[in-house]
Amino acid sequence: MNTFVFIKRVPDTESKIRIDHENNCIIEEGLNFVMSPYDEYAVEEALQIRESKGGTVTVFSVGSEESIIILKKALAMGADEAVLIRDDAPESYDGLRTARIIAEAIKQKYSEYGLILFGKQSMGADNAQVPAMVAEMLGLPQVNVITQLELEGNTGSALREIEGASEKVTVPLPAVVSAQKGLNEPRYETLKGIMMAKRKQIPVITTAELGLSDEQLAPQLTIVRMETPPAREAGKIVEGDAAETAQQLVDFLHEEAKVI
Amino acid sequence: MILVYIEVRDGKVKKSSLEALSEGKRRAGELELEAHAVLVGHGLEGLASGLYAYGAAKVHVLENTLLSHYSPSAYAYALHSLVEELQPPALLFSATALGKDLAPRVAAKLGVGMASECTRMEVQEGRLEVVRPVFAGKAFVTFRVTSTPQIMTLRPNVFPVEEGGGSGETEVKEVVVPENQTHDRVIEQLREEGTELDVTEAEIIVSGGRGLKSPENFDLLRDLTHILPHSAVGASRSAVDSGWIDHQHQVGQTGKTVSPDLYLAFGLSGAIQHLAGMASSKYIVAVNKDPDAPIFKVADFGVVGDLFEIIPHLKEGLKKALAE
Ligand SMILES: Cc1cc2nc3c(=O)[nH]c(=O)nc-3n(C[C@H](O)[C@H](O)[C@H](O)COP(=O)(O)OP(=O)(O)OC[C@H]3O[C@@H](n4cnc5c(N)ncnc54)[C@H](O)[C@@H]3O)c2cc1C
Ligand SMILES: Nc1ncnc2c1ncn2[C@@H]1O[C@H](COP(=O)(O)O)[C@@H](O)[C@H]1O
Repeated sequence: MNTFVFIKRVPDTESKIRIDHENNCIIEEGLNFVMSPYDEYAVEEALQIRESKGGTVTVFSVGSEESIIILKKALAMGADEAVLIRDDAPESYDGLRTARIIAEAIKQKYSEYGLILFGKQSMGADNAQVPAMVAEMLGLPQVNVITQLELEGNTGSALREIEGASEKVTVPLPAVVSAQKGLNEPRYETLKGIMMAKRKQIPVITTAELGLSDEQLAPQLTIVRMETPPAREAGKIVEGDAAETAQQLVDFLHEEAKVI
Repeated sequence: MILVYIEVRDGKVKKSSLEALSEGKRRAGELELEAHAVLVGHGLEGLASGLYAYGAAKVHVLENTLLSHYSPSAYAYALHSLVEELQPPALLFSATALGKDLAPRVAAKLGVGMASECTRMEVQEGRLEVVRPVFAGKAFVTFRVTSTPQIMTLRPNVFPVEEGGGSGETEVKEVVVPENQTHDRVIEQLREEGTELDVTEAEIIVSGGRGLKSPENFDLLRDLTHILPHSAVGASRSAVDSGWIDHQHQVGQTGKTVSPDLYLAFGLSGAIQHLAGMASSKYIVAVNKDPDAPIFKVADFGVVGDLFEIIPHLKEGLKKALAE
């Protein structure tokens, strides 16, 4: 079964975010960019599906040329093909826009698939929008935030995480799923994989080629302001006898925080 | 009107939906509009009148037996038809597991953008403007959603619930749901044994890290949650990765983002990825034996000491304080 995996280039989780107030965006200089962590689970799941069911794994990323690095990483992990959907627009946090580009690319150029995998949310935008939007645009069933997936013939059975419980959902394929931590343990790239990825040609599609008009590509969110949260100030720190400090803690909760 | 989606779980309206409805009502008031609520499912009519008190001037009940179990495709289908009919300027959801799953599907059906996980909302030039954290709270963005309806999900536990609405009316509509739209419905719910509240819903989180040293010691934290009202157990990624506790409990950049009234951190250092998920808590209290632990830089109250010595005293102290 052929699977498609969509991956996004994002600043790593260690990043200290600084803001360019003039342009309402983050300052990218000095940041280390990686494949969004949840997307790694999606790539891993696709590779495991190929190992047990055959077929191919194709990874896609919508972004600037710099996204080639994460496509190479996915190839080094073992993906068969990688495609860059070239889009140089700055981050707009608008999931609809990205979903439109993805859905058009699939409709027009990549029709052979049984499963489309995403991360449950892209680190940074933290939107959790694109998978459901793509599913809707392609008329496919969706199961988001999955921690387990089993494929049997033309159906997929997944566990989806909700508050304090899991939901079991069985869907006909093709379907859209998005990965949550716990789904699997992403593998590391192998040396052989890295060598192969280096040589691999990565085809580039442009949004113009997909026939998307400026209107269809205009973000539907306007960023009015971007700020860093006010730094929290360190409060009172106590040390000493356990009984005494525990009591001071209780007093704080009662008298100052007033939570009890 | 501002339309607010109301989520029902185990036959009850979720508190986070009442938060969304209360906020919808407040903003609708500023815009001189009404707030309407919508329930989707089967046999939910009885819950409708309970929503008037939170400001719903009208409750739309979309009814069909095929909607008795959640299905993103079918629920989006039903909601879409109501939105087309009512043409509301705004549609709000709570950012719960279900809300986050359903809202983008509805937005895509309508061909509009949306803002996720909003933590503040105001009216500007006749439209809603929202603030939401990005980079797990390391930055905040103020957005204007330019498409209509403006769709947003509201982070649970942030917007106050406000009672005091008046009367309202209920309209039940039997909606037609094509069979092929229920292809992603939930067939079974598996409850995690002994889970009380989810960390995203709790008002108090009692969290532990590698300092807890073993899975059994998480019982110390569970004990505290049995004493503290509306509380849940949280954990650092190290504790989760050690297999001491399920990842449902993980707080942080690759776990859950939480904003409880109180975050109690025991034996966790406060790594940047952990802080990202909980720095917007109203109060942070930390117990750690290392005075240089970064968690103390954000804590409103800190105890330098051994958590195993402090917790028993704390338990007694809390019991006493709560009994008074
Ligand atoms: C991509 C990525 C994503 C990540 N996402 C997350 C995330 O979502 N959430 C998260 O939490 N982490 C995340 N991390 C991991 C993070 O960097 C830290 O490694 C982790 O948070 C540390 O967990 P900890 O505080 O429990 O452990 P430690 O850093 O080892 O801290 C243990 C603390 O316990 C204290 N202690 C020990 N014994 C006692 C005692 N008896 N009494 C009192 N105090 C004691 C110690 O002084 C120490 O401060 C992520 C990392 C990466 C690379
Ligand atoms: N620019 C992009 N390119 C490829 N995939 C993306 C892109 N943006 C989002 N995605 C996918 O959609 C998922 C959810 O992203 P989001 O809706 O932005 O939180 C991500 O984990 C990716 O799998």
